[in-house]
Amino acid sequence: MDLKDLEKLRQEIVAARDGKRPCITVCGGTGCHAYGCLKVAQAFRDEVRRQGLQDKVDVRQTGCHGFCERGPIVVLQPRGVFYQKIRLADVPEVVSKTVGGGEVIDRLLYADPATGEKIAREEDVPFYKKQHRLLLGSNGFIDPTSIDDYIALGGYRALAKALSGMSPDDVIAEATASGLRGRGGAGFPTGKKWAICRRSPGETKYVICNADEGDPGAYMDRSLLEGNPHSVIEGMIIGAYAIGARQGFVYVRNEYPLAVENVTAAVKDCRQRGLLGKSILGSGFDFDLSIFRGAGAFVSGEETSLMASIEGRRASPRQKPPFPALAGLWGKPTNINNVETWANVTWILRNGAKAYAAIGTQDSKGTKIFALVGKINNTGLVEVPMGMKLREIIFDIGGGIKGGKPFKAVQTGGPSGGCIPAGMLDLPIDYASLAQAGSMMGSGGMIVMDEDTCMVDVARYFLHFTQEESCGKCVPCRVGTRQMAGILARITRGQGEEGDLEKLETLAKTVKAGSLCGLGQTAPNPVLTTIRHFRHEYDAHIREKRCPALACKELLTFGIDQKKCIGCLLCLKACPVKAVSGTLKKPHDIDQAVCIKCGACFEVCPAKVRAVTKTSGAPAPEKVPQ
Amino acid sequence: MEDTLASTEPSRKDLIHALHDAQERHGHVPAEAIAAIARRLRITETDVYGVLTFYKAFSLEPKGRHVVTICSGTACHVRGAARIIEEFERALDVPAGRTTPDREFTLETVNCVGACALGPIVIIDGDYHGQAKAAEIPKLVEDCRCRSRGQAPCGGGKPEDAPVDAGPGPSPRRQPGGG
Repeated sequence: MDLKDLEKLRQEIVAARDGKRPCITVCGGTGCHAYGCLKVAQAFRDEVRRQGLQDKVDVRQTGCHGFCERGPIVVLQPRGVFYQKIRLADVPEVVSKTVGGGEVIDRLLYADPATGEKIAREEDVPFYKKQHRLLLGSNGFIDPTSIDDYIALGGYRALAKALSGMSPDDVIAEATASGLRGRGGAGFPTGKKWAICRRSPGETKYVICNADEGDPGAYMDRSLLEGNPHSVIEGMIIGAYAIGARQGFVYVRNEYPLAVENVTAAVKDCRQRGLLGKSILGSGFDFDLSIFRGAGAFVSGEETSLMASIEGRRASPRQKPPFPALAGLWGKPTNINNVETWANVTWILRNGAKAYAAIGTQDSKGTKIFALVGKINNTGLVEVPMGMKLREIIFDIGGGIKGGKPFKAVQTGGPSGGCIPAGMLDLPIDYASLAQAGSMMGSGGMIVMDEDTCMVDVARYFLHFTQEESCGKCVPCRVGTRQMAGILARITRGQGEEGDLEKLETLAKTVKAGSLCGLGQTAPNPVLTTIRHFRHEYDAHIREKRCPALACKELLTFGIDQKKCIGCLLCLKACPVKAVSGTLKKPHDIDQAVCIKCGACFEVCPAKVRAVTKTSGAPAPEKVPQ
Repeated sequence: MEDTLASTEPSRKDLIHALHDAQERHGHVPAEAIAAIARRLRITETDVYGVLTFYKAFSLEPKGRHVVTICSGTACHVRGAARIIEEFERALDVPAGRTTPDREFTLETVNCVGACALGPIVIIDGDYHGQAKAAEIPKLVEDCRCRSRGQAPCGGGKPEDAPVDAGPGPSPRRQPGGG
């Protein structure tokens, strides 16, 4: 296939399709998978056939729509009618009414929580309204396993443009002019990285797509690879052409089997269509891609570790320089970019650097995808222009905090990032502002925390994580994170001592200074930012042996308010260690010596009664002699 | 690895792929597989062992009949995953990361499965149980035991919040993750 053939193919695909023909799209993202969307999609196929509509309606399992909170999501195209939380029982009605009759089923629509107003179309839902979905936008329209779907929407046009009229230097100039910076977290200018690699001496060069998304609570790379793998592959071929690489790798996290499956299928389709392999689109440029499945090590997201892993070794980082652009995989010049970066490349080449640079701020161009998770009403993937304020993301798009509770903090940048407190909600989201706040962009996790989240526990959680994931090569990281995690665990158990915070800060400095790779250099960030913004919580744990958020188990006391207890036996039955005593209709009591503080009694105590108390730093209610 | 490099001589670059194969075939990497891989790739068994034990995807011990994976990603953590892990540890009487002596259950944690909207999430034999509650855990365990005996689920531990029967999602490949 050459350039002309690609355009002809697109026209053929588009001509063979009736743009007005209704299509039931069922979100096939991971969130919706967990809700059972495969069964929903199958039910739609069966129902369409049962009602004899198979010649009038298409059913398509698409990529992730992003609004995971409301899954399984079904959108009826071309009208864009947005149905949420679809159950199997809803399927026949949707097919007969909406598809057959054109009627919108009110019950299945999203209701604006503020006004109660039902919203019929996807783009009018507040969650989507403020987003700018350059990369995620196509997810909802295409079947990720169909290269035709991608081509029909203009796919591989950017590649054709690059290969037909642009020299590799032109492509690099375009990437540079766009202002695109690496989306893996560090934010290195992409064009500059490519230029260094292109200039590096050597015949053999490699490009790598880093899809080892290990940051817990972030899944945008997964969603792109699963939902629109060709947009990533197209970016990689363009990048390889610019750099002069003939072999590429997609390093996918092992825990993402659907991403592995979809990107593997996409590579196969590309080879079949002449988009990978010898003389791509008749240009004389050869390039091929391999899929490499990771094996479960967080540190392999670090570029030198990742390359060690591809070479079949333990994923340990090495000293830089030399940077991968000079000596990377098997010692050859290698360019490594993150999934989202590659997808951005495709957009830039298709729409132009100028259009891209018009989005975002002075230093941070384009959009960024965030995984908005935790104690937030609208959990999901959001793509917003750089520079948007945190407040807009959390409240306007995210719909605020679950249960209307006060917002406490948002954690960005995963184990490398930090916690941003409520006082900084007007912080614009860009590389520089986040770094100034002591956090970082990271890959885009945004974990929202409310008053029930203990910040000391969050710091302990992350240090426990980095300590487990430290590869062990650098002593300050291996031993330092262990010591820090130990001190934090001690504080959350109520065994904190004066001077612990100073010890943590000293250790943090050493770990940061004495580690080779990003894992160690940034591991102390969650501790440092929580000490900086939430010192009072540390003080409460250390001095008063109290957890203000009532989250640290060892500092809790469960008791029963004898005046309120109606003696229903519920807590007595729920207690796994038989710490609750009492008889029917007589107030119960908890034996503090036996209690393991699991909270089962607190959870089962009826909301109307609320006799079980959970306190920290105060003794349990007195037992009234009976 | 299905790619252009596969045609070249087997060497160290194929090691992780070979380990994945062995893990999938046997449910763990047995000693014979280590020896065979070392011979084929012309590296030492120590080398194979060193790489194998570095990555969480590979294990030297066989897994239990039922694999319970609890997500302990940040989003699940702030929604109470720690409590769910403890409850499973109590119900199965085995610490996370281990297999019960009768080889019925392997209890694992994973650093994030990317289904944060459903957190805290538990995956039992590939089936997702979202918004898991501690109170339903004994029932979920009992369901597995019933399945082992060839009976229909008898614990009644179906997640209440699942809008449809929680279908088999993408298999989490049954190992503690974090990569």
